[in-house]
Amino acid sequence: MKAAVLVFPGSNCDRDLATAIRDVTGSTPQMVWHADSELPAGVDLVAVPGGFSYGDYLRCGAISARAPIMGAVKEAAERGVPVLGVCNGFQILTEAGLLPGALIRNAGLDFVCRDVALTVGESRSAFTSGYTPGETIAVPVAHHDGNYVADAETLDRLEGDGRVAFRYAADVNGSARAIAGITNERGNVLGMMPHPERRIEAAHGGTDGRRLFEGLLAAVA
Amino acid sequence: MKLRIVVTLKPGVLDPQGKAIEHALGGLGFDGVESVRAGKIFELEVAEGTSDAAIDDMCRRLLANTVIENYRVERAA
Repeated sequence: MKAAVLVFPGSNCDRDLATAIRDVTGSTPQMVWHADSELPAGVDLVAVPGGFSYGDYLRCGAISARAPIMGAVKEAAERGVPVLGVCNGFQILTEAGLLPGALIRNAGLDFVCRDVALTVGESRSAFTSGYTPGETIAVPVAHHDGNYVADAETLDRLEGDGRVAFRYAADVNGSARAIAGITNERGNVLGMMPHPERRIEAAHGGTDGRRLFEGLLAAVA
Repeated sequence: MKLRIVVTLKPGVLDPQGKAIEHALGGLGFDGVESVRAGKIFELEVAEGTSDAAIDDMCRRLLANTVIENYRVERAA
């Protein structure tokens, strides 16, 4: 698998994400700086990492979503290349218009940093192909702005089209319909607040995140 | 040309920051504060003759996220 991990000023999960991809797929991803305007040729996964890019200035992910590299990411997404956004990466993908809705301050105002139980949705995307719909997995969250909002019509469409990839089993941040992760219409773009890259090996306290990358690898191979 | 762009959350979008400010005002003894909504103001200096369309484009493409926010452009006299 030829993966690219984007790096923005203030990304802090880029190396975790790269390590997770390397561990699962056996190939080392290429780190791509935000100011570049092209992705590596033949890329078959673009990963947008967590962190606090640009210090969350203006809105979380707002500045990064307009970075030079994002034009190439949009083109890759349109070609059907899988694009994974985790945490700040999810915020960036919504700000870039690759996913609907927005992520705002947690309803409880607190920064939430702990393991949460997620229910795998009915999504048919490659990202969830390693899981069984309805299964519960444990993956950590670490965010201040993970409260997913969208208008009722968008929420109905996401649910109706099976685009809710993950839901919080119990409320974490006030997200509409307990949404923790969604895909685009085609299913090749996933944004999620929880961090699957932090649950890859037993030493992490669990391996529930691993199957997300395994499912992707199987789909790409 | 000086511009002031006011960005506010759309009605119905939860504003926990506004809520916290509302509670803090109550804590200071200000009774009767029924609601607080927090927003942002941007003060811009742009070239004379910058078109309304360009200003609107700036708001829609960066300054406001129209999924959750409304904006209003005020021109300083």
